[in-house]
Amino acid sequence: MKSFKIKIALVTIILCCFSKAFADDDAIKIGFISYLSGPASSDYGLPAKHAAEAIIKSINAGNAPTPYSMKGFSGTQIELIFLDEAGGSTKQVTEFTQLVMRHKVDFVIGYLSSTNCLAVAPVAEKLKILTILLDCGTARIFEENDFKYVFRTRSHSTMDVIAAAKYFLTDHPEIKNFSGINPNYAYGRESWRDWNAVMSILAPQAEKQSSQMPKLHAGLYGSEISSLARKKSDVIYSSLWGGDLKAFLMQASPRELFKETKLILVAGEPNLQNLAGFIPDGTIVTSRGMTSGMMENDSKLNRWLIEIFQEKSGGLATYPVYSTANAILGLKKAYEKARLTKLQKAVPMADVAGVQDGMKQAYLPPNTKQIIAAFEGLDFETPNGRVEMALGKGHQAIHGTSYGTTRTKDGKVYTENVKFFPAKEVQPPKNIKSLDWILNGFQLTK
Amino acid sequence: MPDKTLTFTSIAALTLVISGGVLPQWAIFLVTVSLCYGTVVLGMILLARTGLVSFGHGLYYCLGAYSAGTSKLFWGISDLIFMLLTAIILTATISFALGFLLRKYRSIFFAMLSLAFSMILYGLLSKSSYLGSTDGFNVTTQTIFGYDFLDSGYARYIIFLITTFTAWLCCFLMHLYLKSNKGRLADAVKDNELRVEYLGASAAKIIHTNYVISAVLAGLGGALMAISIGHIDPEMSYWTTSGEFVFITIMAGTSSVLAPFFGSMLFTTVRSFAYEYSPDTWQLLLGTTMLIIIIFLPDGLWSLFTRKKKHRSV
Repeated sequence: MKSFKIKIALVTIILCCFSKAFADDDAIKIGFISYLSGPASSDYGLPAKHAAEAIIKSINAGNAPTPYSMKGFSGTQIELIFLDEAGGSTKQVTEFTQLVMRHKVDFVIGYLSSTNCLAVAPVAEKLKILTILLDCGTARIFEENDFKYVFRTRSHSTMDVIAAAKYFLTDHPEIKNFSGINPNYAYGRESWRDWNAVMSILAPQAEKQSSQMPKLHAGLYGSEISSLARKKSDVIYSSLWGGDLKAFLMQASPRELFKETKLILVAGEPNLQNLAGFIPDGTIVTSRGMTSGMMENDSKLNRWLIEIFQEKSGGLATYPVYSTANAILGLKKAYEKARLTKLQKAVPMADVAGVQDGMKQAYLPPNTKQIIAAFEGLDFETPNGRVEMALGKGHQAIHGTSYGTTRTKDGKVYTENVKFFPAKEVQPPKNIKSLDWILNGFQLTK
Repeated sequence: MPDKTLTFTSIAALTLVISGGVLPQWAIFLVTVSLCYGTVVLGMILLARTGLVSFGHGLYYCLGAYSAGTSKLFWGISDLIFMLLTAIILTATISFALGFLLRKYRSIFFAMLSLAFSMILYGLLSKSSYLGSTDGFNVTTQTIFGYDFLDSGYARYIIFLITTFTAWLCCFLMHLYLKSNKGRLADAVKDNELRVEYLGASAAKIIHTNYVISAVLAGLGGALMAISIGHIDPEMSYWTTSGEFVFITIMAGTSSVLAPFFGSMLFTTVRSFAYEYSPDTWQLLLGTTMLIIIIFLPDGLWSLFTRKKKHRSV
């Protein structure tokens, strides 16, 4: 009898699961994927999720500033479905397929890790679902592939490296040597490779001294710090992020590693305030765009984002919040542009029946192909500055970035001497891979 | 008299093949993934019967996936059958070599040593930027027996069919093996190794054979997974992946060759729905499921079916 009851319970649970899966709705459904658990969740994944909730709530109510003031997407309400990005790419591909096939989402926005982006992009292509990649630094996605259904509304990480070098070299043109500490996985390796390439062009006299590659989420950096301290390089380049960066700084500061050495953090912005007390004054940090803490960016859009995010989570809007805004606003702009084009193109037929039919057709929401056509090469205003879908045949965004130097005052980190780099200065032009562009001396051909 | 398990396996496989025509795409995908997991766990069950738990089967799972994934790169062939064959050959060779060392160890030492080997592969793959480092790379399977099926519109269904057929074949052979004299010795080694030696059989050889078989199954599972997912990365060799296999093994129970498939289907379904309904706490749900199964069904899910049989015979 006991086993029978268990079976009944099992069947009921499974049936319950399925019944909800088949529920249907008129709203536009967007699947939103970011880290909700694991090491990348607190500084990246959760702020992104909160931002998405806040932005969609505001957009649904029609409270966003112009040009995004229309309710929802062209008046249609938006619904979000959240998924966790943790657990590896096999799981992500499975869940992506489930999201698209079972839930019939209209769009997918998400993925912070390059691994997941690379894994999901071809599947999105196969399932013909418009997918916007939230972050993922790697330039490989659009440089090695041609995607039709995949967009990225953030620039790739090459920009961070080039701008970092340019910023540093303006004040220190006589740099003699440099060292690096980067996490040992694809992003860290690519970032360090790009930095070496940039230095070989912009400061060929500088000598590489020490390259430390601690494991991702290692936690302890004692031996790396010793090795870096022995070299006393002019500058240390680091792409550590999140908890890793905090741990590294906490352990390095008491050992006075940064007394004679400058520090460049290409991924330092998201938790700048968390680093108060550990981050040495004069550290060079980027905002990857014009996020709140750095630039005097008093646009209406920026004030709106900071305000709604503050209301939702009580925190300061950081890098992932702006990434989310880029993705959602970009999609909204493309959707509404597609709809407008559709209305403008609608030609009423001669007879009355044709007019009615034509109008009905014109008022139907745009399909994915039309939205893609509108999205390709789109440029749009974001709280982060102007974003232009310029690379990867109009699928990869470029935007400017800014760098600044930190100073801690009364337990708060401020940035000073902020310099803005327009997109064209730090982003490769079309039809050339970023690394080739750097090695060619920032020219198309030698 | 035909064997009941074999009949049931074949019926189950046939039902899957037929229902594949009517099931929604997402369900086919879930079943394909479950069958891949199931094939790996089938091998784990053989080891578990021999009294060994491997925390490093991710090694062969990953090797299988990478040999399938790199066949285009190294041989210029992206044929599904060829990919599976390379996976079998590679995992068989490597497990045969490693078996000489591993067969000397038991219990926690075996588990840890196998884990060490899988982490070595993880380290190697993470450092090879040629193979995409930790980001991995995409796998495209273009043909099957030379027939170009990728753009035919039935790609998913064909992959599903191949996976079902492979799983059925493995199940079938494994059942025959377990019923043979050599296969029965696995339980004997678990119970009392010394007596097995007195009987004139070599425990080391039995362990070695079973280790190679389970490795090949893991390799096949990995290759099929690479083909159906279309992306591979070193994470497949990370110890948490191996831990997942152990999780399913314990959840499913070791009493039947069908148990791993049943277990893995439940695992992927629970995980997928847990993901959806509580994106913040899905790990908690999986853990709770595991706890409930261990407390109420200590012999795994399969004991639900065997218990019933006992009741009937009484």
